[in-house]
Amino acid sequence: MQALLNNGFIRWFDNRLPVLSWTNHHMMEYPAPRNLNYAWNFGSLAGLALVLQIVTGIVLAMHYTPHADMAFDSVERIMRDVNYGWLLRYMHANGASFFFIVVYLHIARGLYYGSYKAPREVLWWLGLVILLLMMATAFMGYVLPWGQMSFWGATVITNLFSAIPLIGEPIVQWLWGGFAVGNATLNRFFSLHFLLPFVIVGVVVLHLWALHHKKSNNPLGIDYKGPQDFIPFHPYYTIKDAFGAGVFLILFAIFLFYAPNYMGHPDNYIPADPLVTPAHIVPEWYFLPFYAILRAIPDKLGGVLAMGASIFILFLLPWLDTSRIRSATFRPVFKWFFWLLMIDLVVLGFCGANPPEGFWVPLSQVATVYYFLHFLILLPLIGWFERPRPLPDSIAKPVLKA
Amino acid sequence: MADQTIGAHEETRRDFLYVATGAVAAVGAAMAIWPFIDQMNPAADVLALSSIEVDLSPVPVGQQITVNWRGKPVFVRHRTEADIEEARAVPIEELRDPQTDEERVVKPEWLVMVGICTHLGCVPLADQGDFDGWFCPCHGSHYDSSGRIRKGPAPLNLAIPGYAFIDDTTIRVG
Ligand code: HEM
Ligand code: FES
Repeated sequence: MQALLNNGFIRWFDNRLPVLSWTNHHMMEYPAPRNLNYAWNFGSLAGLALVLQIVTGIVLAMHYTPHADMAFDSVERIMRDVNYGWLLRYMHANGASFFFIVVYLHIARGLYYGSYKAPREVLWWLGLVILLLMMATAFMGYVLPWGQMSFWGATVITNLFSAIPLIGEPIVQWLWGGFAVGNATLNRFFSLHFLLPFVIVGVVVLHLWALHHKKSNNPLGIDYKGPQDFIPFHPYYTIKDAFGAGVFLILFAIFLFYAPNYMGHPDNYIPADPLVTPAHIVPEWYFLPFYAILRAIPDKLGGVLAMGASIFILFLLPWLDTSRIRSATFRPVFKWFFWLLMIDLVVLGFCGANPPEGFWVPLSQVATVYYFLHFLILLPLIGWFERPRPLPDSIAKPVLKA
Repeated sequence: MADQTIGAHEETRRDFLYVATGAVAAVGAAMAIWPFIDQMNPAADVLALSSIEVDLSPVPVGQQITVNWRGKPVFVRHRTEADIEEARAVPIEELRDPQTDEERVVKPEWLVMVGICTHLGCVPLADQGDFDGWFCPCHGSHYDSSGRIRKGPAPLNLAIPGYAFIDDTTIRVG
């Protein structure tokens, strides 16, 4: 970069629009903690997934028809007739799943290492806003192929709003543009599905701005003391992120070429039929834990509120966790409860995937109660009673000692 | 104005103008937003599709047909004597959404209702569930032989659309 800036023209240009010095400042010289582990790869992977979704989405939109009578056939045409259409669609559909995988791991990283604590609360909120936008985007995207799961998923999710007292029904009709999910709904979902990813890009910019302002957390969870705690982003983390991207792309390719429908649902290859609900409707895997919480409460409004609360509670996390130690490495009690929460979420996922019968009902209720118990009772108490292990003096010390 | 120093703040006519301008702009913006919101409501052509006629003669006793009304399924069920007796024997205080069977039909043998689960909008399956009526597979709501909610998360009975008999074997829905 320095060599480039020695060139007269480039220096002249950079003086008028400092793109090069800006890139240098934020992506090359940018000081990153020297001890980041592979859990810190998921942020850049989420960025890669977002770019993949936008690129494949824009080309899909060149062939897709947003009309209730034609959408399903236009997607089948993409699969059979458009050159490489099958590949582009499978990239987009599996890309959505991979996007959620890396974002969930990214969030779990934050939970484990206490990245949501001061001074990174706003950074954490912006991440949650991205998660909510992603959920809305993926939900509306899944409606577009207009198969049975698209239609009934759209029906059930939009009906969540009907639980609101008094204004619920008008809101649902407003969302639908009719008396049921139909062509008007499909059209607006396409418009919003096109728009929201770019809104996500905007929030990602804010997210990174907040990050670079307060700098990364790190596996020790302690504050930086001086320049010896940092290494420049390039080449150390550019190469580490590139390696992670390679692993990501290999796993992505395995699904793409050997199991492209593994994470999908066969019923979505049946065209939408407003008069028949499939016997067993399930959302995409990334919504299953939330869906299980919805179904665990045997009351319509209660279920909807619990599902909403399960995400909104995360906004309060910086204050619910009363411990001032960030990293779970130094929190012997919290560490166990972190893994219990992860198990609880997996259990909820299985509950959401199975029909609401037999032992799945009480199991999902226990798991739902535990989820809220973790955040509302256990976290505040652990923070007060836990005796943390001694923290190292600085980031650099344990590294340089070796 | 001339004696105003930076930092010290007195209320001036200019403050009033700021507030007044801001208030007018806010009201104007709020009004300008309305068309952008209302465009999403059902359009005139959607509202215009209102009523359909259904011929009941081909439906034998104990069977049900499903017709499409405003994009929604409407169940037309030709009930058996046993269905009717069962529905009328239920003590009303046991019901979540109390309604007698008589209030839900025009002629007891014909049960006409919107086939949309009042939980989150799936289409319940006929002849299933614990109450000899309908069962919604989505989240497990059970409806009885009068289409009333008996068990599961749905809050209300299956809705009865406005309908009338035009002659003995034809109804108009809507
Ligand atoms: C946040 C990024 C995005 C996510 C998570 C996402 C997710 C999805 C999902 C889950 C589907 C359904 C896939 C299927 O089963 O067929 C879909 C379909 C679609 N998406 Fe996206 N998408 C994103 C960005 C975009 C963008 C930027 C566009 C550009 C306009 C786009 C255009 C489309 C189109 C045309 C379809 C219908 C074709 C199809 O079903 O494959 N998407 N999207
Ligand atoms: S939609 Fe029928 S039980 Fe949920």
